Amino acid sequence: MFGAPQRGTLMRLVHATVAAVVLALSTLALPASAPPPPVHGALSHIRVGLVFDVGGRGDKSFNDAAFEGIDRARRELGIVMEMLEPSGAEDREAALRLFAARGFDLVVGVGFIFSADINVVARDFPSAKFACVDYAPPRDGNIPQNLRGLSFREEEGSFLVGVVAGSQTSSRQVGFVGGMDIPLIHRFELGYRAGVLAVCPDCRVHVTYAGTTPDAFRDPARGEAIATSQISAGADILYHAAGMTGHGVFEAAHDLGAKAIGVDSDQYDEMPGTVLTSMVKRVDVAVYDAISSTAQGAFRAGMTSFGVADGGIGYVSEGPHALGILAETRVKVAEFAGRIESGAVRVPSVK
Amino acid sequence: MSLFSLTTVGETLRIAAPYACAAVAGVWAERAGVVQIGLEAILLSSAFASVVGTLASGSAVVGVCAGIIMGVCLSAAHATLVHRTRIDAVVCGIAWNLLAYSGTRLGLRALYDSASNSPSIAAFRIGPTGNEGWQVLARVLCDPLSWLAFTAVVASPYVLNRTRLGLRIRAVGENPTAARAAGIDVGRTRLLALCISGAIGSLGGIHLAFDQHRFEAGMSAGRGFIALAAVVLSGWLPGRAALACVAFAFLEALQFVLQDIGQASKAITLAQMLPYAAVLVALGLGVGRRSAPGGLGRHAEN
Repeated sequence: MFGAPQRGTLMRLVHATVAAVVLALSTLALPASAPPPPVHGALSHIRVGLVFDVGGRGDKSFNDAAFEGIDRARRELGIVMEMLEPSGAEDREAALRLFAARGFDLVVGVGFIFSADINVVARDFPSAKFACVDYAPPRDGNIPQNLRGLSFREEEGSFLVGVVAGSQTSSRQVGFVGGMDIPLIHRFELGYRAGVLAVCPDCRVHVTYAGTTPDAFRDPARGEAIATSQISAGADILYHAAGMTGHGVFEAAHDLGAKAIGVDSDQYDEMPGTVLTSMVKRVDVAVYDAISSTAQGAFRAGMTSFGVADGGIGYVSEGPHALGILAETRVKVAEFAGRIESGAVRVPSVK
Repeated sequence: MSLFSLTTVGETLRIAAPYACAAVAGVWAERAGVVQIGLEAILLSSAFASVVGTLASGSAVVGVCAGIIMGVCLSAAHATLVHRTRIDAVVCGIAWNLLAYSGTRLGLRALYDSASNSPSIAAFRIGPTGNEGWQVLARVLCDPLSWLAFTAVVASPYVLNRTRLGLRIRAVGENPTAARAAGIDVGRTRLLALCISGAIGSLGGIHLAFDQHRFEAGMSAGRGFIALAAVVLSGWLPGRAALACVAFAFLEALQFVLQDIGQASKAITLAQMLPYAAVLVALGLGVGRRSAPGGLGRHAEN
């Protein structure tokens, strides 16, 4: 009497699990391939596989920028490209492994979340080359010999938009809304705070993080609540580093009559008139750079860091999307950018 | 923002609405004896449907209706699968959650060629703009969706406890075999209860989407599961479940203020865990030591 239904439930669970695994694997079996590109003269014909972060193409930010980089390499260098979008954590390593096993010359993982997986796969396929955007090196500092970690000095760009916020706040209070409470996001906070205080030493910087799990990057309702809280406390310019949660920051800033600063890409179109400027991270530059150096046989293992000096980091300072920035602010920011480039200003990045 | 102000009141109500709708939806389903862990799916899919409906028709009212229809359909499908094919309700609920998460993302890509969000909708920007406490509160109170959610939440205890329909639903939830012997059609009653549940739950999803004026992939962010905790915490009572959600929302609003105050200290982590710790403590203290409906997850036997 009691055994039968329980066993039935168990079997159903087993079936459901099997079905889920099969479904998950089938998503891997459908790579988004592009038609073979025209061959440009003597340029090498390497094969590059790119694995997107959660969100994938069409996120109008990080992943789209990575796509721009690889697509530019296809147009200009004539590489062969293939892309995969893992559906979950379990698929990430499998996707990297798939490209490596098929003999791709360069395998690119887009996002810090690949750091641990790409270490393992890179060691398993020593003849392939790997690159990882936002790579976080392991604690022992032991980076595989065939892996190039691409990192950005986000703190530098955050510093520049901090200067914008510190120069243009009228309440002498500004806000920072972080996504997940992790060192990567702390860099944005620290750079921003330093930038604000550089031009407005007695300004107050409100800081709130949305959470401690990856969900913190996709909870716009929570972003709105945090921004409402900060604006009510007096902040009038808010910078976010919170992924999709940031949209709630724009909503609140719009409704409460404050200004907001976007992140990663030009986010003006998210809320025209409310978005003052955006800190821009040129993932496309980094990805293109990794591919072109591999194509020229100049692949270099180890960390490569992009910042203000090499154009890998910047902010939206010109055109119709930067009309809210005052001329004198622009001068001030340019001055600080110069000092960062020359090394006269060192932006903090560790708490 | 000081800890207790009109802003806090407004924000608490705004944060609470999706939780409360989902929790009351959970109570309706489970009081009828159907285990419903697919609340997350209802929130997410109705949020998506409401935005699609609004964008396609240009009317927010059509969008709200589309969202409600989506919630009702999903919930009714759950009832039918569980009752007719006797699929395990827990497995079925997990499937709904997975399906809603991937289905809405697929829809986003198919309809709007984006992996993250839909285009914006103009719907329901009512109330004064500004950062004064009364303005924040007024915007929440002017929102028609707040009213829909409030009405559904307040009417639920009355309908469940004081009407013939409520009695029947509770009967099939407590003891489906006895209810059938008394001449109640168990399948049909459960289907009806789940339709109501789906409609109420969908209001939470629509509230989420309209609040952001667009759909974002995964925007329910686990609210359906917090609501599930509220259902258990309340002892399957709709009024208490809604109150638990308001309390949770207040702690969440408070958490953001405390984080800001306790900057640069370990207190941040403590502040972040406040709402969740409170739920655990409340559960542990046996606030909801009322037992589950007797017929929860059981079918009428021959």
